[in-house]
Amino acid sequence: MSGRTPSQTVGPFLHVGLAPAPFGFREIFSPTVADAGVAGTHIRIEGRVFDGEGTPLPDAMLEIWQADSEGRYTHPADGRPLASNSFRGFGRCPTAKDGGYQFATVIPGTVAGPDGKTQAPHINVGLFSRGILKRLFTRIYFADNPANATDPVLALVPAGRRDTLMAKPDPAKPGVYRFDIHIQGDNETVFFDA
Amino acid sequence: MVKPCEAEPGHMDLKTKHQDEAHMKDTYSRAGDAADPPYLSPDYVGTRIRSPKQPLIIIPQTLSEITGPVYGHSDAKPEEADLTKQHAGEPLGERIIVKGRVLDEAGRAVPNTLLEIWQCNAAGRYIHEVDQHPAPLDPNFTGAGRVVTDAEGRYEYTTIKPGAYPWRNHNNAWRPAHIHLSLFGPSFLTRLVTQMYFPGDPLFPFDPIFNSVTDAKARDRMICSFDMETTKPEWALGYIFDIVLRGPSETPPDLD
Ligand SMILES: [Fe+2]
Repeated sequence: MSGRTPSQTVGPFLHVGLAPAPFGFREIFSPTVADAGVAGTHIRIEGRVFDGEGTPLPDAMLEIWQADSEGRYTHPADGRPLASNSFRGFGRCPTAKDGGYQFATVIPGTVAGPDGKTQAPHINVGLFSRGILKRLFTRIYFADNPANATDPVLALVPAGRRDTLMAKPDPAKPGVYRFDIHIQGDNETVFFDA
Repeated sequence: MVKPCEAEPGHMDLKTKHQDEAHMKDTYSRAGDAADPPYLSPDYVGTRIRSPKQPLIIIPQTLSEITGPVYGHSDAKPEEADLTKQHAGEPLGERIIVKGRVLDEAGRAVPNTLLEIWQCNAAGRYIHEVDQHPAPLDPNFTGAGRVVTDAEGRYEYTTIKPGAYPWRNHNNAWRPAHIHLSLFGPSFLTRLVTQMYFPGDPLFPFDPIFNSVTDAKARDRMICSFDMETTKPEWALGYIFDIVLRGPSETPPDLD
């Protein structure tokens, strides 16, 4: 039996290793989770990340992990074959100077939950930055989805805070959902521990 | 792990109740989380406004968490495991070989998993525009690498030993020499970003990031060991660093 290697912050220079294209090192990840050919409703998720003083984080990184439009994960523990080889379900995006990030993806399908329940469409999010000693974990749900009402994970969240997990259609930009993250403050995003 | 605002009574009820249910079906251990630093570690000033104040909501480990991105051999090139060979000339500094195994808490090898590597140069300077430390950049060193574990969980890369560097956390603050490492493991829950330190660094007692890990034995697990067998004559010093990812829930907690 072995003790776990502890987590440490990515630090302010994370881009050198995790988003290295500007430094001439080959990039293998991108904010595009689903190419145009992938089945499903194509959307963009856009948002900004803020600290406890309301200042945007210019040096954070988000990773997302999601099922395809049929609710299937590209992973052996799911086991169902996928319609497209190009869909891996993973995206990575460093934040820009204004704290902004964006992903191009498809709306995931519903996913099996505990005790035979069904989970509403959601995207798993990991947030990393200087000052964050261990990945912060949250979920993006879609505000207009009726399945949210019976989602077993949302049911664990105090009702008054569920709204922090909802991506909302941007009225000015068709196909865009907005999802801001507030690490602290009045609107503090719900973070999970699984 | 110490969660922020543990004292909030309403939430504690929810957490305690749900934790019992969640434990029935956990795929991955929760006990080992104790090795990790708390989100709020006040001596590391950046955590004060970048840590949640509300308690984390404990949730069951569903298909969404026990699956995760699988990145392996097709994602790294062999030459990316040598950080000293990315430019026309050789970088300055002390050439080192770092090798080890990636294991889970049950001691099982984690095969075919990606490690992403980044570090400053021998003078303590990152190739990053945010790094303003007045130490020289090295035109022959980027400080980025990648390697994938083999079937037995082994990995090896070659680099130069990074220098210590100053940061503005407090007066005369210096980071001990370290290499940043990022790993995926088999699921969303095994994701790990950590830093590897070098034995005997005099800066350990003064570094709030190293000391954000409150358990001394857990801190020791972030320090590599010098290894004469890995050391190559007339070429490079060798260091061993085993990395232990979150393992199965059956694992008894902290037996070391
Ligand atoms: Fe660093």
